[in-house]
Amino acid sequence: MSRPNYGFDDDCALFRDSARKFLSTHAGLDGLRRATALDPEPTRMPTAWPSEDAWQAAHELGFVAAAVPEAQGGLQLPRAALVALAEELGKHAFPSATESTLSVALLARRALEEHADSAAAAALFERLGEGARATLAVCNADGDWEHESGVRHTLAGQQRTLSGSAHFVQDAGQSEWFVVRSQGPSGVELLLVPGSASGLRRQRDGIVDLTREQGTLHFDGVVVSDSGVLLGGDALLTAAMPDVWLLLAADMVGASEWLLQTTVEYAKVRTQFDRAIGSFQGVKHPLVNAMMAIDRAKSLVYAAADALDQGADDALLLAHMAKAQAAEAAAFTSSRAVQLHGGIGFTWESDVHFFFKRNKHSELLFGDAAYHHARIAALLLDT
Amino acid sequence: MTSPPEPKSEPRTEHDEFREYCRAWLRDNRPPPAPVRLPQHPIETMTRAQLDYLQAWQRRCYDAGLVGADYPVEYGGRGHKGFQRIANEEMNRARTPFLVNMVGLGMAAPTIYHHAQEELKRELLPPLLSGEQIWCQGFSEPGSGSDLASVQASLTPDPSAPGDYLLNGHKVWTSLAHFAQWMILLVRTSREHKHKGLSYYVVPVEGHRGVTVRPLIKMTGEAGFNEVIFEDTPVKDAWRLGATGEGWSVAMTTLLHERGAGPLVTPAGGVGSEGLAHNVRGLVTLAREQRRNGRPAAEDPQLRARIAALAIRERGMLENAKRARSGALVEHPMRLPLQVKLASTELAQDLAAAALEVEGPAASLYLSDERAPVGGQWALAYMNSFGATIAAGTSEIQRNILGERVLGLPKS
Repeated sequence: MSRPNYGFDDDCALFRDSARKFLSTHAGLDGLRRATALDPEPTRMPTAWPSEDAWQAAHELGFVAAAVPEAQGGLQLPRAALVALAEELGKHAFPSATESTLSVALLARRALEEHADSAAAAALFERLGEGARATLAVCNADGDWEHESGVRHTLAGQQRTLSGSAHFVQDAGQSEWFVVRSQGPSGVELLLVPGSASGLRRQRDGIVDLTREQGTLHFDGVVVSDSGVLLGGDALLTAAMPDVWLLLAADMVGASEWLLQTTVEYAKVRTQFDRAIGSFQGVKHPLVNAMMAIDRAKSLVYAAADALDQGADDALLLAHMAKAQAAEAAAFTSSRAVQLHGGIGFTWESDVHFFFKRNKHSELLFGDAAYHHARIAALLLDT
Repeated sequence: MTSPPEPKSEPRTEHDEFREYCRAWLRDNRPPPAPVRLPQHPIETMTRAQLDYLQAWQRRCYDAGLVGADYPVEYGGRGHKGFQRIANEEMNRARTPFLVNMVGLGMAAPTIYHHAQEELKRELLPPLLSGEQIWCQGFSEPGSGSDLASVQASLTPDPSAPGDYLLNGHKVWTSLAHFAQWMILLVRTSREHKHKGLSYYVVPVEGHRGVTVRPLIKMTGEAGFNEVIFEDTPVKDAWRLGATGEGWSVAMTTLLHERGAGPLVTPAGGVGSEGLAHNVRGLVTLAREQRRNGRPAAEDPQLRARIAALAIRERGMLENAKRARSGALVEHPMRLPLQVKLASTELAQDLAAAALEVEGPAASLYLSDERAPVGGQWALAYMNSFGATIAAGTSEIQRNILGERVLGLPKS
């Protein structure tokens, strides 16, 4: 049985309020433009990285602690609070490693639940408590985290020696810690690797999305001992994926809501043929369709968050549904936002492109809508 | 030390107890199978035999407290809060027959409750809730469809009864009028103003002077709705709901509830014709049974993606309804309620269309052919689904309403 309000209680509301207050002062569109969009030349690497001050402030507000167990010094709020935060981050297209770090915190929480003596998880929580950023480095060059790993290791005693590459690593340049999926002689392991590890090279990706940072990690003789193993391997990663999907889905819900409201406001004031364009059904009806797609996604995100908290049987199904629906809502809303803004929506000068690009990025990470549809069909039809 | 948090154990509430009561009562009082084929939807009730069976069932549900639970006791209800939604969920779950007086329960009752004089409420609501008196709705006319405020049926003073009126006009798409004792009526009382020239009445139908009910046949071949002609039909002023000239705003109460967005939860639940689960589960069952390209249809990649997309819409609607009750998670109080009609009717249509595709050429077989998959019910459902995307404000009108009232866009 789902809880009233999907577990979004007064503590969650306070947490969201403080996030909103922080974002309204630290995450204005002017700042975003100054930080990321001064140089439109598409063949040059994006110029600016998120500010350290903003990350420190977010850390102090407990953005990450919200996912950390109380025994590890965190707040452990219901997941509804975490997706509410991701929704707000999306609404501001806020550049930060928050969602990556939350994903890792939730994975480590699962690791501790399964293996209470997991030294790697405990160590990670200690670093996160100090304000460290962490991210998943689990995809191969196809963006696939379920089949052949791009990183391999040999084993000698307690020592693993890593080679190969991890791709599409979010916040790769700014993270202090990586959870690396590596194929070893006795199977796939999840390894905790510090950004300062010898033999680790970070290559920045030149990406479309101006509000995020992504890179490729190259491993050439990086050494990890037993104490850096997050016990559980692929089973742990599989169990943790629904949280990754939900954070991305919630971000898309927020970014899409911004696009919807901004386009609605534009359609109220832009006149053609002596009428506000929002009075034309050719403009009005697609905006309503976008709203309904967003609402469905939002409801599924909170339902899935609650189901994961409660260990409900349909938690996995709901998480797939949330990511698939959010991706579809994001794609539709983004395309309509540019189209209905007309020529101005197609320019660098308009803010629409920040959210358009962020949404496209989120859609494609960790399984697009087609991937999740296939999983949903399997759950419904093959069991 | 870090086991997942225990869900807080809440004390048993009166709502939990009522749910258990409904579940037990529905288990112990399931009616015998219908002696005749039931329609898919209450408003398609065609024959007296169908009506008798369904009316008896509504009466039993009413006596058991499953219908009208949230209405005050003096109007025939039980005076509870939040019970009706639970009863509805349990009737749906039990798959018992639906409640036949749906125009009464869903449209007339909330309008009477909010706008009628005290005496009229006490007189009309109890037999409506019990299903003893069947209700129909007289809004649309041949020339007034989406532009509802253009209705022409009118009242003129009755020379033989001072203060009362004579009604002349022509109403259409009047579901259940062939069985109805009462009608809710939107009627013109002034030609000076469009909206302000409308008033709202309840009028007797069966056996009332100057009323002719003629059945209309739908594209499915079924009857169930009608046209109703009024010729100098007497109407008492005491049957008016709201002030003269305020009919449009009274009608908004009716329409809001008809579209599932009103404050009162409509007593509704259960199913119609046997054998059709008109939902994703029914579609999944069908896809497992039907074959396509030498394999179960459930293995066809295109159909799998389509079923997944429909499953998302179905579950999304369910979760929208839950989120609508979570104030902290909604942007605008009417944003989710006003989507219910549009989302549910378009989903039903797309589900049926997908089912026909799953059936393949066998979808050409209709109710008349015993070899038709699921008795030809999906073909019937697909055609009937257009009734729902047209009635009660077309999907196009629903999108205008959402765009204007929720998003604040200018009028089309």
